[in-house]
Amino acid sequence: MSVLEIRGLRVTFAGPRRSVREPRTTVRAVDGVDLDVGARQTVALVGESGSGKSTVARCVLGLVTPQEGSITFEGRPLGPVRRRSPGLHRAVQMVFQDPGSSLNPRMTVGAIVREAWRAHPSVAPAGDRREALARVLADVGLDPGVADRRPSALSGGQKQRVSIARALALRPRLLVCDEAVSALDVSVQSQILRLLVDLRDEHDLSVLFITHDLAVVRQIADRVAVMHRGVLVEDTSAEDLFTTPAHPYTQALLEAARTLEGAA
Amino acid sequence: MADQSVAVVTADRRTTPMLEVTGLGVALPAGAVVDRVSFTVRAGHTTGLIGESGSGKTMTAMAVVGLLPEAAVASGQVRWKSQDLLTAPERRRRQVRGREIGVVFQDPSAALNPIQTVGRQVGEILRRDGLARAEVRARVLELLARVGLPEPERQAGSYPHELSGGMRQRVMIAVALAGRPELVIADEPTTALDVTTQARILALLADLRDREGLAMILVSHDLRVMAHVADEVVVMYAGRVCEQGPARAVLDRPYHPYTRALAGNVPAVTSRTAIAEPLPGAPASPFERPSGCPFHPRCPMARARCATEVPALREIDAGEIDAGGAAPDGATPDEPARRRLSACHFAEEVGP
Ligand SMILES: Nc1ncnc2c1ncn2[C@@H]1O[C@H](COP(=O)(O)OP(=O)(O)OP(=O)(O)O)[C@@H](O)[C@H]1O
Ligand SMILES: Nc1ncnc2c1ncn2[C@@H]1O[C@H](COP(=O)(O)OP(=O)(O)OP(=O)(O)O)[C@@H](O)[C@H]1O
Ligand code: SF4
Ligand SMILES: [Mg+2]
Ligand SMILES: [Mg+2]
Repeated sequence: MSVLEIRGLRVTFAGPRRSVREPRTTVRAVDGVDLDVGARQTVALVGESGSGKSTVARCVLGLVTPQEGSITFEGRPLGPVRRRSPGLHRAVQMVFQDPGSSLNPRMTVGAIVREAWRAHPSVAPAGDRREALARVLADVGLDPGVADRRPSALSGGQKQRVSIARALALRPRLLVCDEAVSALDVSVQSQILRLLVDLRDEHDLSVLFITHDLAVVRQIADRVAVMHRGVLVEDTSAEDLFTTPAHPYTQALLEAARTLEGAA
Repeated sequence: MADQSVAVVTADRRTTPMLEVTGLGVALPAGAVVDRVSFTVRAGHTTGLIGESGSGKTMTAMAVVGLLPEAAVASGQVRWKSQDLLTAPERRRRQVRGREIGVVFQDPSAALNPIQTVGRQVGEILRRDGLARAEVRARVLELLARVGLPEPERQAGSYPHELSGGMRQRVMIAVALAGRPELVIADEPTTALDVTTQARILALLADLRDREGLAMILVSHDLRVMAHVADEVVVMYAGRVCEQGPARAVLDRPYHPYTRALAGNVPAVTSRTAIAEPLPGAPASPFERPSGCPFHPRCPMARARCATEVPALREIDAGEIDAGGAAPDGATPDEPARRRLSACHFAEEVGP
């Protein structure tokens, strides 16, 4: 059974007006998506900028309510975030594409993680919290000194890692990563990818991994779904995607990646 | 005749640096985050900043245009058109920002105004310049189209939160280019973009470089992008320069163990690879910089001397290795742009 099952997902947003006299246009951000993430699977979701990847992720988190379709987690329906039980809320965590605006600017990093533990005592560390905090930070390559700083006093990649640490501190069963390693150098990036692989092996973590970086996809994904203008145009094993891409958009994507790589 | 003189002027413009950063430092109450960084940017060229997350790339780039956090104090010199921007009056700096120097911020959501349509934000500088409304609109739509925003007429009316992450990033690029700057500071400008969109942005910047002599300071963690775009690179570690020189030469044949670790780790798209080996140990914080060479706790080549003696950034005689056209075009052999600098006691022993 799949851990995450998305069926017939459709999301339409009200878009901008063409002029003041006209009504608002509509944007079909997600136009009928079916997607599964199996237990202990890492599924990559890739695709053009604006193709609807973050919108799918936000639906899974219950931050956007789809017009149509269903999303289930371990067989239970996933509704809007406010109606989720604390257990369910904790089990599905997300690392947002934009860490700057998803971290509370008024709290220090330490307070952000402690607050998460306070809200979910079931996974709060039993012993010394300070030590536990230092450990979750070290796991993502941050030194303990970061705990006393506010997000505004961190570099872009440090904010991104705080966001990962906060999500993982809650020991989720499903992690949705939206461009979670996009601003990180290869060394820190591989440390985090290894961490995710370890969590999969030791704690049965499943991951929906949105990324534009095909090299990252190649390193960790079991399956890859390719999104284009609101629909999935390809959903296949990682190996097949790279060796025999079927859809023209996927081919263009790989071609562009190879061109860049050839130049390096 | 006329053509020739134009060519001479251009060649001259392209070889003399338009921006000269000398001994730049940025101090925060907790310590020096940037320490003695020097580099130049020539018209039509790109100088890249690379280094681990938290190494001071953004601070360095923002110090150039005076956009540091309030508590930060910059020192050194930032010469722009024979004026030191660090000591220039704020009025002059404001004039430089946006017009002469455009900035693409690492975090577009924080940099864009949430309650103004993106079209208005892209057009702001043009309106300030007194362009007629129709002209502003035409130019805004052209810019949005060039950065690849679909349906620019419609999207111009969007608010930042109605756009995807990569669309916001591209709006940010359009804002930076709107004032037709001579230099763009681009801090991770393509991090949220798929490779096809990224290729489009890189092509746009290359076109502006070739046709208008646009110069760029590019901050990117992506060494594939860096090798593709930059003429020169500065590699930073814990707020200091550990290596710098012509981009291709530095990335192909580093003279610093840290650069070698970075460059040797780039995962491939063309072949399946295991997850790269991270550098051992944690990144050094510029606030608690290790003694001696700041890289020594993680360096595979470290010896006793490294823990006590700070290595100077010194010129390396790269000999014939670099002779084969590795220098950025326009640079003559003894120009600074071509020099190889490394801050490793044992730079000569760093194997290729
Ligand atoms: N709150 C919103 N209101 C209106 N339109 C929206 C909203 N959120 C997203 N959209 C639109 O939905 C489409 C898909 O956006 P989404 O953020 O899901 O893309 P994405 O695939 O994550 O792109 P990127 O790779 O650039 O982050 C875009 O056209 C975007 O403008
Ligand atoms: N406002 C601030 N106050 C105090 N320290 C700060 C502030 N902003 C950044 N720092 C610290 O300064 C150091 C350099 O930050 P900077 O943003 O320049 O890093 P960076 O190289 O751009 O990293 P990244 O690749 O993660 O964006 C970091 O260790 C960061 O924690
Ligand atoms: S000076 Fe020593 S520690 Fe520093 S990079 Fe060179 S060998 Fe390594
Ligand atoms: Mg997105
Ligand atoms: Mg930065």
